[in-house]
Amino acid sequence: MSFTVTNLTCQRGSIPVLEGVSFSLQPGTALVLRGPNGSGKTTLLRCLAGLTPPHAGEIGFDPDEIAYSGHSDGVKAQLSVEENLVFWAAVYGTSDIAAAVDTFDLAPLLSRPAQFLSAGQRRRVSLSRMTLTNRPIWALDEPTVSLDGENTARFAAAVNRHLDAGGAAIIATHIELGLSQVDTLELAPLKARLDHGIDPFLDGALT
Amino acid sequence: MIALLRRDLMLTIRAGGGFGLALAFFLILVTLVPFGVGPNSDNLALIAPGILWIGALLACLLSLDRIFQLDFEDGSLDLLATSPMPLEAVASVKAASHWLTTGVPLSVAAPLLGVLLSQPLEAAFWLTCSLILGTPALSVIGTFGAALTVGLKRGGLLISLLVLPLYIPTLIFGAEVVRRGADGLSPATPLLMLAAITAGAIAMLPFASAAALRTALK
Repeated sequence: MSFTVTNLTCQRGSIPVLEGVSFSLQPGTALVLRGPNGSGKTTLLRCLAGLTPPHAGEIGFDPDEIAYSGHSDGVKAQLSVEENLVFWAAVYGTSDIAAAVDTFDLAPLLSRPAQFLSAGQRRRVSLSRMTLTNRPIWALDEPTVSLDGENTARFAAAVNRHLDAGGAAIIATHIELGLSQVDTLELAPLKARLDHGIDPFLDGALT
Repeated sequence: MIALLRRDLMLTIRAGGGFGLALAFFLILVTLVPFGVGPNSDNLALIAPGILWIGALLACLLSLDRIFQLDFEDGSLDLLATSPMPLEAVASVKAASHWLTTGVPLSVAAPLLGVLLSQPLEAAFWLTCSLILGTPALSVIGTFGAALTVGLKRGGLLISLLVLPLYIPTLIFGAEVVRRGADGLSPATPLLMLAAITAGAIAMLPFASAAALRTALK
């Protein structure tokens, strides 16, 4: 079983951002999205997660197979770390947050209100949510932002464990994570490509 | 769903603002009316049903823009939209928690504040009845307005403009129940109409809210 995407076109608002994206993702593999700012990494992830319907093309899996984590942490400042995690665990139908706590060493922070967390600590809470979802594909948008070296390694280890267990991951990142099985998808800014050529209808007419 | 309801109630209580604000606004409005209209108790009793209902309605309106905006800003709404919970359920739970934190306290406080407007005792009973029956419609309609404006900065004004016309039938029948109750007439007809509006809104609007949220998240 593999997760395939064929000829996907995604729009952000009414502006096409990506065109003709195709890939096939094997269980146990991480797909790393690379490309300059504005090349559509976030748009692609939101499209795969079912937040934006695709403009054209096919996504060969259900949005319910994807656990999505975006730029924002989605951590409630007025709740403690534990209350935040217990809430997401309940949404995904479990009550066991032990695995999530272990993955990012959150035990010392559990009773702390999330408004007193640093940006990196909040990020760890947000990422640990992925282990609660029990979904096969993790879609992560720049997950290592504001993480220190030690926690980036913890994060990479968590992704590797997920891959070893037969999961897959799609990660937009600019750094080398040291994952076990990696495919890379290079995204080029569509606007730059379009501006480069002449109007397709006039192409060649004037020479 | 229970988890989301519990979380939202906890957030409203801890963040303050929510039902404290609605209740305080209601209290201020009702205490100010006798100063504005004059202390003649006949006049006050005459306008009491309308004032109490308008006060409850405006108090409900105050906290509408917080229903989805906070979750939208911190990214929770994206995560909820990709979670196993359908957005229709999210919208219903949000409306329920809004009602529990504004509609219920308002319904409880209204008969006490009615005394300030020299409202007869038998009307107080119908006031609570009509508010308990009518405020769920206010919350559900308000949730729809909040869903429509979720992506907008400072959407509060727009929510009021969108939602107020939809509130008018609830206001008319709600105040009519109290007026008839105070006059000793049977309030059955407006009470049934009020119940019908609430039932209809609860049945239909969560779907509209979910559709609006999907568009906003695109």
